[in-house]
Amino acid sequence: MSLRLTALAAALMLAALAHAADKIKVGLVSTLSGPGAGLGVDIRDGFTLAMKRLDGKLGDLPAEVIIADDQQSPDVAKQIVDKFLKKDKVDLMTGIVFSNLMLAVGPSIFENRTFYISANAGPSQYAGEQCNPYFFNVAWQNDNLHEAVGKYVQDKGFKNVVIVTPNYPGGKDAVSGFKRYYKGKVAEEVYTKLGQLDYAAELAQIRSLKPDALFFFLPGGMGINFVKQFVAAGLSRDTQLFAPGFSADEDVIKAVGAPMMGMFNSSHWAHDMENVENKRFVADFEKEYARLPSLYASQGYDAALMMDAAVRDVKGKLADKAALQKALEAKRFKSVRGDFKFNTNHYPVQNYYLRAIGKDAQGRVTNKTMGTIFTNHADAYVSQCKMK
Amino acid sequence: MTQLILEQALNGLQFGLMLFLLAAGLTLVFGIMDCINLAHGSLYMIGAYLVAAAAQAADSFWIGLATGVAATALLGLVLELTLFRQLYKRDHLSQVLATFALILISNEAVRLIWGAQPVMLNPPAALSGPLEVGGFFYPAYRLVIIACGLAVAGLLYLLVAKSRIGMWVRAGAANREMTEALGINVQGLFTLVFVFGAALCALAGGLLGPLLAVQVGMGESVLILAFVVIIIGGIGSIRGALVGSLIVGTVDTLGRALLPTLLRATLPADAASTLGPALASILIYLLMAGILFFKPQGLFPARA
Repeated sequence: MSLRLTALAAALMLAALAHAADKIKVGLVSTLSGPGAGLGVDIRDGFTLAMKRLDGKLGDLPAEVIIADDQQSPDVAKQIVDKFLKKDKVDLMTGIVFSNLMLAVGPSIFENRTFYISANAGPSQYAGEQCNPYFFNVAWQNDNLHEAVGKYVQDKGFKNVVIVTPNYPGGKDAVSGFKRYYKGKVAEEVYTKLGQLDYAAELAQIRSLKPDALFFFLPGGMGINFVKQFVAAGLSRDTQLFAPGFSADEDVIKAVGAPMMGMFNSSHWAHDMENVENKRFVADFEKEYARLPSLYASQGYDAALMMDAAVRDVKGKLADKAALQKALEAKRFKSVRGDFKFNTNHYPVQNYYLRAIGKDAQGRVTNKTMGTIFTNHADAYVSQCKMK
Repeated sequence: MTQLILEQALNGLQFGLMLFLLAAGLTLVFGIMDCINLAHGSLYMIGAYLVAAAAQAADSFWIGLATGVAATALLGLVLELTLFRQLYKRDHLSQVLATFALILISNEAVRLIWGAQPVMLNPPAALSGPLEVGGFFYPAYRLVIIACGLAVAGLLYLLVAKSRIGMWVRAGAANREMTEALGINVQGLFTLVFVFGAALCALAGGLLGPLLAVQVGMGESVLILAFVVIIIGGIGSIRGALVGSLIVGTVDTLGRALLPTLLRATLPADAASTLGPALASILIYLLMAGILFFKPQGLFPARA
């Protein structure tokens, strides 16, 4: 109790002072090792690129970005977040890739009244009943990309679909998202261990079910191995593969190569989008890292731009939490995906697009935007959110 | 249906044989030298990295595999001569501590040299598709792995059961003091066995590289399974390692394939989808507990 009182008193004092800070600290915790590393590395690189563009400043304040690797382990993530909050006393946080980690560290961040700008993990929990003023997602709600694929698979008239996802909160969101718009028969929902790399047993089972389409959500190394083994097992002849953009972006394409061609997937962003911000982002990213950016990189980039705009808006008065929240909600930055706005649960309302993998003009295997699946699409949980 | 049963049987066989490559070395080191080598998994990891590096440098998977296996054997030789030789006379706790340190050192060393991100190897292009025999499909690369595993198992059988060195090894596993008393150079034998075990680790790591991912920490998870195998099979017994590996491989594959479907027939879909994968992953430990209950020494105890 006394601790809470002290915290309250401290918060009040800080709010009363509410002077402009002279520098800003950002804690970026992401998955930088193991099979999920490709995702975290891209978020980090996108964020770093934006910081470079902003001359290392957020809203004209010199910014220090502390980067740590959560090793895709909830325990490690918790330790890092505690260090960020208590020792480094960061002002803003971002970076977590996996929803199970996000759900593990969320409570301590929110209790500490630190704003978290998610550049990836968008669990349904934080979009609905457990929505929180201190949580923003600059990317999407987990279900959204899966909903878009579900809609496309439904519209194309596929009748017998197998779903493969890892057994974790993000995987559960994927299944509910896909099934919200796909109304045909689901032959089987296969849940694998998170981080599983050998899919021989699952592929044999899938073969026996003879599906006409397969929807899989396996981010990072899991998806790379799944697609390779799917092709190696000869299943690609009779079964059409569908995936959200997570399982069909540059990190997977680079590792799998030509067998990915012809695969349809969904995304809120694509590197071939025609807008000034995006052209600059893609060109800068290619120059800096000598590879095409993935959607994860675009999300990291947007997270930094979002922080920059909000900090500028409150003129560096980071202690005024209410003002900072308003500034973040206002979304005054120009996203590389084009225009979008935040819903009342701090998740985006935006368009979702269909992409197909093929060869581009330079002969690279990559994604090409084919059309729009949803326009100004909101998530399904917003009605359950009573933002305090 | 035939396709499904046959395919799952081959999957179990493939997984089991790769486990056998690891368990064979582990059980000999444990059984003959009475040395707990937790760093056996690290040799598997280092082997996989060396194969990957050599394969990329030579632009040929097979040259890479041969080079990586040879290099890991050499590393095993150095480790045996410098470190493990000091450990044999120590108690198990010192061995566990020293080899655990070795795990940490090799993980960090690999991270320093190759980075924290996994290396995704591709199988040779000729083997990246399926093999079709009369309507039956199976990935060609997995068949090659099975062939390699069977060849090594056969070779080990000939070595252990038919050759003079094998006789010494079996004698060493059954009764070390008596073997020494008979004038066998046990120290040389130990070195040989250790180097052979290291080479098998690298072979398994290299072959599994394209199916899994070559990454830091890949050795630890597989080491646990290898220990389960040698405990089921009986410590020190190659035959036990083979049988144990095949049992674990089959049970793991069948558990993953059948349990969720079986549970779905009896439980609501939501509960089944949560319980199925969880049960499948503890199935082999249940199996181990069951076997230990009836056969505390394992199925084929070397010191009967």
